[in-house]
Amino acid sequence: MYTEKVMDHFTNPRNVGEVENANGIGEVGNASCGDIMRISLLIEDNIIQDIKFRTFGCGAAIATSSMVTELVKGKTVEEALQITNKAVAEALGGLPPVKMHCSNLAADALHKAIEDYKLHQNEGVQRLEEKVSV
Amino acid sequence: MKRIYLDHAATTPVRAEVVAATVEYMTTKFGNPSSVHSFSREVKEGVEKARAQVAGLINATPEEIIFTSGGTEADNMAIIGLARAYAAKGKHIITSAIEHHAVLDTCKALEKEGFTVTVLPVDEYGFIGIEKLQAAITADTILVTIMHVNNEVGTIEPIAEIGRVARENGIFFHTDAVQSVGKVPLDVEKMKIDLLTGSGHKIYGPKGTGFLYVGKGIKLNPLFFGGGQEKKRRSGTENVPGIIGLGLASELAGKELETEMARQAVLRNMLIEGLLDRIPYTRLNGHRELRIASNVNISFEYVEGESLLLSLDLQGVAASSGSACTSGSLEPSHVLTAMGICHETAHGSVRMTLGRETTNEDIEYVLGIFPPIVERLRAMSPLYDTKGRECGECTLKK
Ligand SMILES: Cc1ncc(COP(=O)(O)O)c(C=O)c1O
Ligand code: FES
Repeated sequence: MYTEKVMDHFTNPRNVGEVENANGIGEVGNASCGDIMRISLLIEDNIIQDIKFRTFGCGAAIATSSMVTELVKGKTVEEALQITNKAVAEALGGLPPVKMHCSNLAADALHKAIEDYKLHQNEGVQRLEEKVSV
Repeated sequence: MKRIYLDHAATTPVRAEVVAATVEYMTTKFGNPSSVHSFSREVKEGVEKARAQVAGLINATPEEIIFTSGGTEADNMAIIGLARAYAAKGKHIITSAIEHHAVLDTCKALEKEGFTVTVLPVDEYGFIGIEKLQAAITADTILVTIMHVNNEVGTIEPIAEIGRVARENGIFFHTDAVQSVGKVPLDVEKMKIDLLTGSGHKIYGPKGTGFLYVGKGIKLNPLFFGGGQEKKRRSGTENVPGIIGLGLASELAGKELETEMARQAVLRNMLIEGLLDRIPYTRLNGHRELRIASNVNISFEYVEGESLLLSLDLQGVAASSGSACTSGSLEPSHVLTAMGICHETAHGSVRMTLGRETTNEDIEYVLGIFPPIVERLRAMSPLYDTKGRECGECTLKK
């Protein structure tokens, strides 16, 4: 039912785990089937230097998680934000129709991790500003 | 690669003897049993022999057996046929939350015809409570339909007691025995069963074959109209090769029932204990003892069932799961949910069902490959960090 690519990423997932000095973390739950995915990443100079995932889910969820990390590693934040669910599914050679929602999980977790990074950056900027005004 | 089939509750391979018998009735003995010539007579004899073979397995008489296209049709025929025939007497039906959809959805369809349906809850092991059944009976109740053995967790329902209660209250009792025919001793007389569903492909017979036992004197409105076969209860030229195969498969299943089930129970226990011992955070679904000899259903916390099945399949082991991710509807198994098992635990459930060809070595092989598979997936799972939590604390519990 799955393509060879999907099975490859399922059996040998890339970038599993947690980035130790991560500055962005995104965790999302899949409303339709109850699966969970967590992405941690390290962004430096606007580049995704490191990214890792952990996923509780089906074969498609694991494979899309793995694929999304591979797709964005080394890319700029802007490029990463362009990644869509469809792009992840396509990179895997397609997913069965009932499994398309699994790819949402991966893209959503990535976007959330980037949002989290941005939020921290802003906080940092704010803190800096506070310091200056004191 | 070694291939081990542990999905016998889904279907079974057809026995060689059965294949040979069905081929004979497709080739040399091909006549239509309803004709008048000699080609017909030998076929008719074969069909009647099969009827007796099936009846013998459940202590019925041959006239009480109607051949169908499988368990699904027999369930539909029993429930719809009986409800329509006795609608003037009452319009209330009682069933359980863990039935196969062939029963549940049939009952639901009858609600549109003005029948009311009570769906009995089950306890944590999947048992229906006799008191709950008794309390659900009203003057309007005409039928109780409760399965004998559950297909997912293997729980054996107290059908003799259900039969007694139904009989005492003048209500018909139908049981879907698809998972128990040929595996658990059945006696429709002693157990006071009025209607019983069986299926051929679960007992090493051909797919698309099955039967409904209907006790003498019980009326049934037919679902099919036409040539009036099966005493006008099921029109359509008989699936003769299938019927012959079903008959022989039934007889053979009956002959080896005791020894085979004792053998499988040993393997089942070995598999259950081996997995629970070797892998932490596991849970046996269903009852430890009151389960069919062929069923193992275990939840591996923090991992998802489909990814377990894929990993097992990569190493040649075929199993199934009650995970939402394998269901197509993205809902976890209605059986596990009805047993109060939370979504996350249902998610990590794996069903392994043993069969005639399952060996000791097969079980040892599975016990060997299983722990690393679970370990690998757990290492990948963000939930594993929360290990040790109680089931009731599930974040996803609805
Ligand atoms: C309990 C139960 N009832 C009914 C059926 C349907 O039987 P069949 O596949 O012969 O239509 C099955 C098989 O999947 C079953 O397990
Ligand atoms: S994540 Fe549940 S079906 Fe894919």
